[in-house]
Amino acid sequence: MAGLLTSVICGIIGTFVVVNRIAFLAGGIAHAAYGGIGLAFFLGLPYIVGTLGFTLFAALIMAAVTLKAKERADTFIGVLWAGGMGLGVILLDLTPGYNVDLMSYLFGSILAVPKSDLWQMLVMCLSVGLIVIFFYNDFLAMSYDEEFAQLRGVPVKGLYFLLIGMIALSIVMIIRVVGLILVIALLTIPPYIAEKYAQSLRMMMLISTLLCCMFTITGLWLSYIFNLTSGATIIMVAVAAFFISFLVQYLKNRRLYSKAIGD
Amino acid sequence: MDKPVIDIKNLWFSFNGEAVLQDVNFTLYHKEFLAMIGPNGGGKTTLLKLMLGLFEADRGDIRVLGQNPRQAAHRIGYVPQDIHINKNFPISVLDVVLMGRLRSGISWSHHKKDDRIASQLALEKVEMEQFKNRHVDELSGGQQQRVFIARALVTEPEILILDEPTASVDAKGQAKIYTILKDLNEKVTILVVSHDLLALSSYIKSVACVNRRVHFHGAAEVTEEMLEMAYQCPVELIAHGLPHRVLRAHNGD
Repeated sequence: MAGLLTSVICGIIGTFVVVNRIAFLAGGIAHAAYGGIGLAFFLGLPYIVGTLGFTLFAALIMAAVTLKAKERADTFIGVLWAGGMGLGVILLDLTPGYNVDLMSYLFGSILAVPKSDLWQMLVMCLSVGLIVIFFYNDFLAMSYDEEFAQLRGVPVKGLYFLLIGMIALSIVMIIRVVGLILVIALLTIPPYIAEKYAQSLRMMMLISTLLCCMFTITGLWLSYIFNLTSGATIIMVAVAAFFISFLVQYLKNRRLYSKAIGD
Repeated sequence: MDKPVIDIKNLWFSFNGEAVLQDVNFTLYHKEFLAMIGPNGGGKTTLLKLMLGLFEADRGDIRVLGQNPRQAAHRIGYVPQDIHINKNFPISVLDVVLMGRLRSGISWSHHKKDDRIASQLALEKVEMEQFKNRHVDELSGGQQQRVFIARALVTEPEILILDEPTASVDAKGQAKIYTILKDLNEKVTILVVSHDLLALSSYIKSVACVNRRVHFHGAAEVTEEMLEMAYQCPVELIAHGLPHRVLRAHNGD
């Protein structure tokens, strides 16, 4: 169930991450989230509250910097990336009686998601879905041609913050499944493969959701059979699919090329 | 004379401390067909973006349709120079054109039936209706440009601004685009940035040379001097069916 919800989120948000080329920014958000995890434990807050609050905060700072000073944004994201991680580790050190399995946040533990978290995930999933449906064409225009969207009076800046906020939200959710190290893979691989076959953004979202679902189920099944870490197995399935699609594309191009030469 | 469509007075603009445009003055009237020429980096695109309200001037005044550029932006149809920015983006021709029908502000962004009809009509105007469901990426440069012109047209613009619409288009495609523009010019004011003044010479009504300063030539007269400016090398002037006309020299040159 957690995997299913994650797939929907990955499909929708991942698509925006790929077409807007902000995978690095998403990576920064994911790692900064670790600071949030540390904070949640240090203050004894529930995971979602602490992590989400901190991650949203870090993400919105990153969004503001990307809008203000594009050419320096990558450095700044790198700093927040590392800073978030460092803060998380220190806060966990300082937490008395700390004995949570750190690995479960780094690599995820899809099978150990409590029921209460599941409800929160469902709510988040629905809100992201509704926001995207409402602003679908605005987001489409912003992603494709920001300047033109701005000329049409689309509130581009507001939408950008909204998008980054939604990315932060999704990352916090997906961390439960594959862990923060592997979040980026699940967020970018399915949309990347889907982009080649999709005729529209809508279709790209649908295909990546299905792919993500497939990777999660296959990964879980393999990890069960061979007794492996589930998050890592899911990602390895995705990476394998990525290379297969790459190879297929390459062979297809070569065939087209030799055909063209033959003519 | 009727009211100016674009009115620029004493405009200055600098970027990173470097002056890009100095003391620009010009006025454009209704149903004008202006070609903007000048060397790369001379400030042509910058001037367009100032008119569109995407950039803010340091000094001086721009009025577009009697309004501040930012307020008037939705009354201008804009065809940008870089249409290949997002090459792999999964989007169909019709979806690109529909973008021109987006409503401003925060509202449900769903496209209605009349948005689709308007987009269909715009595509027919540029003779691209048979490609409406195709991926934009599959089209040739000229066909893509026509799609972007259609996108600008569905906004029902009073001014159409095109930034080098024929830069990556073959000769046949160029002729097609110019014919489309000529037809459109019966209703709307057109401002086009272009390097090939020759191809345009029978359509344009006025010329502006942009190279930090702007020299405006009210009547369409193509001189060797202007062509040299456009190509940055001496060329022989051949304009079919056009008598040679001589422009008066730029003031102060």
